[in-house]
Amino acid sequence: MKLPPYADLLGATLEWEDGLPVLAMPFSRDVLGRPGFVQGGAITGLLEVAAIAALRHQLAGEGGGQIKPINVTVDFMRGGRERVTRAAGIVTRLGTRIANVEASAWQDDRAKPIASARMNYLIVRA
Amino acid sequence: MGINDALTGIPGMEQIRFGGHGSRLGIAYHAHGDDWVELALPYATDMIGDEASGVIASGPIFALMDMATSLATWRRLGRFLPHATLDLRVDYLRPARPGHTVIGHGECYALKRSISFVRGQAHDGDAADPIAHVTGTFMFLDAGA
Repeated sequence: MKLPPYADLLGATLEWEDGLPVLAMPFSRDVLGRPGFVQGGAITGLLEVAAIAALRHQLAGEGGGQIKPINVTVDFMRGGRERVTRAAGIVTRLGTRIANVEASAWQDDRAKPIASARMNYLIVRA
Repeated sequence: MGINDALTGIPGMEQIRFGGHGSRLGIAYHAHGDDWVELALPYATDMIGDEASGVIASGPIFALMDMATSLATWRRLGRFLPHATLDLRVDYLRPARPGHTVIGHGECYALKRSISFVRGQAHDGDAADPIAHVTGTFMFLDAGA
C-alpha cells in the first residue's frame, strides 16, 4: 500500500500487525504543538491516514474504489508526549456508499489511547 | 501584520503553536477580531492526500482549525491560559481546490470556567462557499477563565 505525500510530511510509516495496517509517527519538531506535546492536528492527521489505510485495505478486497471524507470527530484523552505515536483504524461498517471507521492513537500502551476518532466516508466503488 | 502584533498585550501567546507543526504546514496569521482569529494555510504538494486529484489531506485543515479556534479562545479571554483540545469535529463540505490557500476562521462563542466552546469555517477564496465547518471544545489546564 502506497501512502500519500502527507504521510511523509508527518514522518509516518506503515507497519502491519496481524495483517492490518498500523501507522507509526516518530516524534519530531515537525509535529510539535505546545512545548513537549504532539500537536492535535498532527495526531488527527495520523488518525485519518490510519483510517483511510484500514478502509483502503478492506475495500481492496472488494474491488477497490474512491474514498471521500465526510467528517471526523476527534476526542483527545491524553497529551501526546515526545515519543512515537501509533494509530490504527477499524472499519465498523462498509456499505455500498458509506463507510464508518473508528481509529485510535496511542503511544506506550495501546489500551491507553491518547486520542480516538470517528469518521464517515463516502465510497465511490470502482 | 504578524501574529506578534495582532496579539500584543497577551503575554506568551505569540510563542504558542506557531513553531513545530504549524510552521511545518506553513500556517500564518491572517486576521483577527475580539473573539475570532483567521489563519492561512498555503497550498503545498507535500500536504497532498489524494495523488490522483492533488487535493490536500484533511489533516492539515483540521490542524489549521484547531489552531485558529485555540487562538480565538485566547482572543475572547484577553490573555493566555494553557488549554488542551477536548474534542473537535470537522465536516468536510467539499474538497479544497488544488493550488489555493485555505483560510481558517476560528471563533470562540462561549467561555466558561473550565471550558471554551468554539466553531469555525474554512474556505479557499470565497467565504460564502466554505470547504469545512468545525465545532469543538477546549479545556483550561490551570485556573479557570
